Amino acid sequence: MNISIGIDIGSTTVKVVVMENRQILFQHYERHLSQVRQKTAEILRLAEPVLRGRQFSAAISGSAGFGVAKLAEIPFIQEVFATSKAVEAFYPGTDIVIELGGEDAKILFLTGGLEERMNGSCAGGTGAFIDQMASLLAVTPQQLDELSLQYQKIYPIASRCGVFAKSDIQPLLNQGAAKADIAMSIFQAVVNQTITGLAQGRPIEGKVAFLGGPLYFFQGLRRRFQETLQLTDENALFPETGPYAVAMGAAVHAARQQPVTDYNTLLTRIEQSAGQLGDSRFLPPLFETQAQYNEFAARHAKASVPQKNLDTYTGPAYLGIDCGSTTTKLVLISKDGALLDQYYGSNQGNPLDVVQRELIRIRERCGARVSIQGAVSTGYGEELIKSAFSIDKGIVETMAHFQAARHFNPQVDFILDIGGQDIKCFKVRNQSIDSIMLNEACSSGCGSFLETFAKSMGYTAQEFAQAGLFAKHPVDLGSRCTVFMNSSVKQSQKDGAGVDDISAGLSMSVVKNAIYKVIRARSADELGENVVVQGGTFYNDAVLRSFELELGRQVIRPSIAGLMGAYGAALTARGLGLAQSSLLSLEQLRAFTHTARPMVCQGCNNHCSLTVNTFGDGGKYISGNRREKPLGKKAAQKLSDLYEYKLNRIKALEPVKGARGKIGIPMGLNQFENIPFWHTFFTELGFEVVLSDISVLELYAKGRGSIPSDTVCYPAKLMHGHIENLLEKQVNTIFYPCMSYNFEEKKGDNHYNCPVVAYYPELLRANMPKLKKVRFLYPFLGVHRRRGFVQKAYQYFKSQPEFRGIRFLQLKRAADKAYARYEQWKQDVAVEGQKALEYARQNGLKIIVLAGRPYHIDPEINHGINQLITSLGLVVVSEDAVADLVPPTKVNVLNQWTYHARLYNAASWVATQPDAELVQLVSFGCGIDAITTDEVMIILERSGKLYTQIKIDEITNLGAVKIRIRSLLGALEEREHNFSS
Amino acid sequence: MNQACSQGTCERALFTPEMKATHTLLIPTMLPVHFKLIIKVLEQEGYHAKLLTNSGHSVVDQGLETVHNDTCYPALLVIGQMLDALESGEYDPHKIAFMITQTGGGCRASNYIFLLRKALAKRGYGYIPVVSVNFSSLEKNPGFSLSPSALMKIVYAMMAGDLLMNLSNQCRPYEQHPGSADRLVDYWTEELEQELRHSIVTVYGRIRRRYPQLIQSFAQLPRRAEKKIPVGIVGEIYVKYSPLGNNNLEQFLLSEGAEPVVPGLLDFCLYCVYNGIEDHKLYGGKFLYSTGCRFILAYLLKKQRDIIKAIRAQGSFKPPAYFKTTCERVQPYLDRGVKMGEGWLLTAEMVELIDSGVKNIVCTQPFGCLPNHIVGKGMIRVIKERHPEANIVAVDYDPGASQVNQQNRIKLMLANAQAESGTAVAEAAVTSKASMESTAHPVPAPVR
Repeated sequence: MNISIGIDIGSTTVKVVVMENRQILFQHYERHLSQVRQKTAEILRLAEPVLRGRQFSAAISGSAGFGVAKLAEIPFIQEVFATSKAVEAFYPGTDIVIELGGEDAKILFLTGGLEERMNGSCAGGTGAFIDQMASLLAVTPQQLDELSLQYQKIYPIASRCGVFAKSDIQPLLNQGAAKADIAMSIFQAVVNQTITGLAQGRPIEGKVAFLGGPLYFFQGLRRRFQETLQLTDENALFPETGPYAVAMGAAVHAARQQPVTDYNTLLTRIEQSAGQLGDSRFLPPLFETQAQYNEFAARHAKASVPQKNLDTYTGPAYLGIDCGSTTTKLVLISKDGALLDQYYGSNQGNPLDVVQRELIRIRERCGARVSIQGAVSTGYGEELIKSAFSIDKGIVETMAHFQAARHFNPQVDFILDIGGQDIKCFKVRNQSIDSIMLNEACSSGCGSFLETFAKSMGYTAQEFAQAGLFAKHPVDLGSRCTVFMNSSVKQSQKDGAGVDDISAGLSMSVVKNAIYKVIRARSADELGENVVVQGGTFYNDAVLRSFELELGRQVIRPSIAGLMGAYGAALTARGLGLAQSSLLSLEQLRAFTHTARPMVCQGCNNHCSLTVNTFGDGGKYISGNRREKPLGKKAAQKLSDLYEYKLNRIKALEPVKGARGKIGIPMGLNQFENIPFWHTFFTELGFEVVLSDISVLELYAKGRGSIPSDTVCYPAKLMHGHIENLLEKQVNTIFYPCMSYNFEEKKGDNHYNCPVVAYYPELLRANMPKLKKVRFLYPFLGVHRRRGFVQKAYQYFKSQPEFRGIRFLQLKRAADKAYARYEQWKQDVAVEGQKALEYARQNGLKIIVLAGRPYHIDPEINHGINQLITSLGLVVVSEDAVADLVPPTKVNVLNQWTYHARLYNAASWVATQPDAELVQLVSFGCGIDAITTDEVMIILERSGKLYTQIKIDEITNLGAVKIRIRSLLGALEEREHNFSS
Repeated sequence: MNQACSQGTCERALFTPEMKATHTLLIPTMLPVHFKLIIKVLEQEGYHAKLLTNSGHSVVDQGLETVHNDTCYPALLVIGQMLDALESGEYDPHKIAFMITQTGGGCRASNYIFLLRKALAKRGYGYIPVVSVNFSSLEKNPGFSLSPSALMKIVYAMMAGDLLMNLSNQCRPYEQHPGSADRLVDYWTEELEQELRHSIVTVYGRIRRRYPQLIQSFAQLPRRAEKKIPVGIVGEIYVKYSPLGNNNLEQFLLSEGAEPVVPGLLDFCLYCVYNGIEDHKLYGGKFLYSTGCRFILAYLLKKQRDIIKAIRAQGSFKPPAYFKTTCERVQPYLDRGVKMGEGWLLTAEMVELIDSGVKNIVCTQPFGCLPNHIVGKGMIRVIKERHPEANIVAVDYDPGASQVNQQNRIKLMLANAQAESGTAVAEAAVTSKASMESTAHPVPAPVR
């Protein structure tokens, strides 16, 4: 045997192993901080003692290793393949390997049919994800692990990508959930992601080896894996050499070849491979010269706010608190709007402590000289802060930002706010907010993204931004989500881009993301003449400059860009006209204590996870419930809600015992609408129709393992759980038809179902082996042609054993009744819709047409958005209840899907109603809604209506949804106010 | 007009009869060889037509700026390519029209044309006519119609393109003189163009008579004897075929020492026609339409047979499979009622590739492609159940997807393929054991 070296250059670390006769002579693991070649060479030098004077063979592996291998002319071995080589040689008897790396996750099934899978374009649930989450909690990854071991409770956190997870974690933090619980929840999310995304239905059983850095270092993660997979200690293998598996595999692979190199040759080759530019794309520099930058800096310095010294000021003052997702901002202003005091800082995962500390400081500085005559809170933590510190009023953050921007430039017609977590922008028309856009779950690229990135490269946010200003070749990194950007950065590093180029490139990406993804503008003119940019991210000059360059025009960045929410809140406080604020006194503030306790609400069927914050004075704030008001107290006035009505109708469907036995139907997707049809049809034919339960998260979890496509919409993913649920109910026959066509409603050019709705039964049959144990009937049926349906259904059913002896006329009668029932059901919904409209009008309430698909009434899909809306005092009507009130709408696109045609009609109806607004629900991953959303928006905006879109997925942050709905209400209020004055 | 369009519904700009003389039809690239021949037919019909060949990042950027970014990648590219061409200044916008195909299925791809019109209107080009080429009479233009003879010639052109693609793919990895296969393709493109000029009465006979000579000329290309690992490419039609859509996948596979195997375009046409028949079978109605489809299908199948026979007669190359076989092979996996996007054909192509010895497959799709959730990624499991030796990798394409990531996944597939072929004998035992295990639980015939 000869000596060999394996080099694994991953996305974040370099691992080197030197081996002789399967004995490891040298091993080293280090983060490369994107200095790929330098770091590799460094480690090689460390290995000099064992390599010097020997002839050996070498192989490189790892996701960032390909470029190096090619340039250095060293054999490359794909990393998953290397892992399998290592397992073969060092961990014999292993059935399955789970390997997590920096940005990769892999699973290898070694026995029972070799299969190797790695994460695709969505790279959530990896080491980088854990790092990102740790920095969100303001702890090191190590501390995160230590924390996790003290957990008590696990919260559901999406792990599909960092962005999703952040938007789940942030509210938890703001609500005061324990960090230990969040830490363990993060690990659980990684486990879930591995099982859903990678195992895809193949059971994880037998002896499992866990490899890669994260699984070696994080005890909490190990524990979650072992417990979730129910592995015994003998079957869960966590080898000491875990992080080195790929490098070891590469070394094993290399050992099979003849020795070809020596220490000096290898080192020279690696070193000389550096600095060669590849095919990454580069952008022009942000600033060509220092003079250019000076002019830029001087221009922006002009947009400032007068300051007054609080230590000498006497008179009234007004307080604004903006408790954002990652940062907390406080502003104290004088009667004429001058800044008396300000605070901007990370909320360190616990905004209450930060606010308490700052309020004490401010109260102390104020003394008796300054009286605080009003205090207003805003932002994510608005309510928590309001109830904790007895703040006078809470306002929705969009309104706060608008107040501040207007103060700055009364002519403002466009405001863009890029904060730590979110991007908000709104157009202003006629002195009121015209349309609000918030970043959706998937469009990331906010401030915390830059910050996390800077940290991961070993810089502070400021240093990182500074580096970018004079970069010679900013890298073009595209404008999609963080995960993709990570890979693009990886690629550019491979091509030799430096930290400065990456910093400038990322700034550009953040800006492009905001303009093209969130605002979706086509040109600068669309944004308006007077653009005000704000939010902490715009303190970064590289981002500001990128924005001006991309827009081709100058914008205003107030000197208090990061404080605008708080400033707007303070201005609002000033406008309250109070003699004295109810804000806690200095003594009360000093005595303030709070505890947070998780619990599950038993108030209604939602069983929400709640966090109960108890304050020193006995006051309580409960967060996390779907309804606006904490439950348990007297229920608020019950408003009409068509979503609830429709769901209750389905819940009321009873199985009727029949001679032919049971037939199960999964309650998801189009069944939400077709169930009256099939229920009647099969009941008439003598079947007891058993429906799967209404979706809950646990039901989804049961079927999660067999989902083959990670990017399909959540409503479709739920179907797997419904099948599991039916199987648990011991039904022997399950019916779920394939339906290319839907009922013809004559609203559009055709009456298709979307491909996923149409053919999901085929996918279930192919991916749920358990369906082989029952009779799964999934015929292609077309209900759109009644005559055809009866004939074809008869042809199909007569040959099925369950339907033995069925006669044509019998089936025809059943079909007739089914059609009648379906029509009646639709009629009922229309009538109930009318009632809701009348009720709203009698009581002077606004109407929200919550426009989605039939399956959006599923509480697990809409996450209680309908209840949230009614709790805000609005009547909820579904799209199908109003779609028939107007003639078919002409649209600019091919209108060929039954469900989608209703959206256009609903929008047309709303456009004619002064007291109705439309909120469109869009499931993440719904390709067809990429087309409908634009059209619905055009229909509404043609009549001067506001368009609000809410994207929903497996996990939806209701806090963000609430901001949108409240912003909509705020904008309406403002409009009415302007109109009447 | 521009304003009116972006504000609401607008009348589409029509391609008038006068425009036939004054306007050039610009056609986005998908399959250069096929499209070149098709354009010749259009020119013979009196149209001015040109294939757009612009590529690169500006195409993607144009798409990103004008099309809803959640729309599928092909729409973004096709529309981006057209706008990029417009902005290049190479064309007088008042002297051009765009041409785009429209299948009219339940996939959102049927909406490309509308998205294109919206994009044009947004850029102030609302006056440029967009001509739809479709089989479902979705929309018509007074100045554009194809005579039956022209349609037939287009079909012949397409089949000739398939033949050239098939043969050159089998030669290119092995050619001794780099570029010789491509030169031969160019030569035959010219030759066939000449043949297509002839009257419809004789044109097919002429083309068919050239088949043996054409196949023979490829067979005579000096090639190395080694056998490379064949890798099939299936997927959403645009990213499957267009190098712009799949980041030069074929080129990448070639550079990694594999032999790309790409099923032809004719299969897709046959699939579309077949669906007309299947629809009638499943739902009733549309009797005349389905009868028409039956007639066309029979006609096309006869032409397919001619090609397969010619390849077989020569004996050096692997011919495409008969459509009937393709239909039958998919039966145990998926019902042929699945007809949106590439539908059952995509699954059928994977099965057919495996059955013909191409065990390694790249299944390409735009990120979030709706039908491919079902017929691509959704069927891999059952295919592997029956063919444990199958080595399939699903790759998503979109403007932000990094090539490193895509290539890494494909490399993994290739590494497995190489290991498999390298240790074929040693692992034969293992494979047969695995396949025995899988037959231990016989798959019952699907209930239908």
